[in-house]
Amino acid sequence: MTKVAVEFTLNAREQNEFVESGSTLLAMLRDRLDLYATKAGCHQGTCGACTVIIDGEPHLSCLTLAERCEGREITTLEGLSLDGALHPLQQAFMDGFAAQCGFCTPGMILAAKCLLDRNPEPTRAEIADAISGNICRCTGYEPIIAAILSVAERMRDPVGKRA
Amino acid sequence: MSVTLTAARQARLVPALQAKGGRIVAGGTLAIADLNQGPTSGSALITLDRLGFDQVTAKGGKVTLGAMVTMAKIARDRRLKFLHPVANSIGGPAVRAMATVGGNLFAPAPYGDMAAALLALDAEVTLHDGKTTRKLVIEAFLRQRHKLNKTCIVSVSFASPPAGAFRYFKAVRRKPVSASVVTIAALLPRKAGKIKGARIALGAMAENAVRARKAEAALEGAALDHEAIAAAANLITTETSPADDAYASAWYRREIAPVYFFRLLTA
Ligand SMILES: Cc1cc2nc3c(=O)[nH]c(=O)nc-3n(C[C@H](O)[C@H](O)[C@H](O)COP(=O)(O)OP(=O)(O)OC[C@H]3O[C@@H](n4cnc5c(N)ncnc54)[C@H](O)[C@@H]3O)c2cc1C
Ligand code: FES
Ligand code: FES
Repeated sequence: MTKVAVEFTLNAREQNEFVESGSTLLAMLRDRLDLYATKAGCHQGTCGACTVIIDGEPHLSCLTLAERCEGREITTLEGLSLDGALHPLQQAFMDGFAAQCGFCTPGMILAAKCLLDRNPEPTRAEIADAISGNICRCTGYEPIIAAILSVAERMRDPVGKRA
Repeated sequence: MSVTLTAARQARLVPALQAKGGRIVAGGTLAIADLNQGPTSGSALITLDRLGFDQVTAKGGKVTLGAMVTMAKIARDRRLKFLHPVANSIGGPAVRAMATVGGNLFAPAPYGDMAAALLALDAEVTLHDGKTTRKLVIEAFLRQRHKLNKTCIVSVSFASPPAGAFRYFKAVRRKPVSASVVTIAALLPRKAGKIKGARIALGAMAENAVRARKAEAALEGAALDHEAIAAAANLITTETSPADDAYASAWYRREIAPVYFFRLLTA
């Protein structure tokens, strides 16, 4: 089995790995790096459970070859919380009951993060588009959209400014 | 399984690798999905990451999209506003961040929305076949695309459409993201109020994106009025051969194509 050296930034830390030629980023995260937040669903690009952020854009890790991550910046859900404090999106998903089994949640949150990073004032339709590649089979999309909207509103109206 | 990955260093050398059984992986949204279904032993993959094919140029009324330009890049480029609805109709954001223009030219129906738009825009495909760099009009390219899988697409070029002349609509079963029931792209330039040089392309209505030449003829020289549009709508499916698939039956595609065409042109 051919192994190839790859250097990349993962959750703000420089990392180098030997990966099998042809293996996916999803396999590298889960099987080699023990990072299990990224979920393995369909392996076909249709469920969005494996979504990660690469260079600021949402990517499907099941369709991304690990070898092609050379020099790129990758963020998984594990990289979102800071010193144990949840990211506002993680908190909002918990507060708004926007997760039941939680299988889709990492992908949903990362897709939402990409949207809010580019567009802090999204409309409901823009949020629906941002998560349109992510399938949720149990929560239903309303609480998820509401959680993302609530974070956008809070970002616009930071704590302390509110009466 | 054994998979080898080669990062091509020169486009002209790619066809030789293809001839030895190598497959280009661009965004990988179709190619890696195939591999995940059951890797064939000894899969040889070729990437084009180092060739600089991810550039958009728009100069002197001519637009060139490198084969590795993604849908997300098109959707962010202010010079390509007329193509934003096309790029944004393809998959969800993660698919758009990965899916390339070159890959879309090979996407099987009901995919290929960008290919349909490029057909309406009369794009020219630049490719390396191992011997030479050549240009092929997109219609010929799409007709022969199965035979052209030993070539490396470099870019596609087309003339910027006059303001307001390009229209696009994709009918889907689920919004905001789904494969196409029918995709309609139309270039309708006008001279002294009359249509001159109409080009209408349909996606998901045949194996490849196809022109609706009879409908184009019905519009040629006409004012874009109710009567001319209705006449063209009547002819819109005559040159198509849609498939039954999970998204729609061929019957349904034929029923709704004229309706959406009429609405697109009267909007
Ligand atoms: C969930 C999902 C949703 C999708 N939705 C849509 C949709 O709404 N509309 C749509 O049109 N498509 C859709 N697609 C299909 C696909 O994502 C797009 O068609 C995309 O543009 C393909 O590009 P790619 O770079 O990912 O292709 P790849 O998978 O990398 O390649 C596809 C094929 O083209 C060949 N190829 C790629 N680039 C070149 C080149 N430069 N020269 C020669 N051969 C080349 C490859 O060898 C391969 O055979 C969807 C796919 C998925 C998984
Ligand atoms: S596992 Fe990647 S999209 Fe489903
Ligand atoms: S919470 Fe179960 S799939 Fe979304």
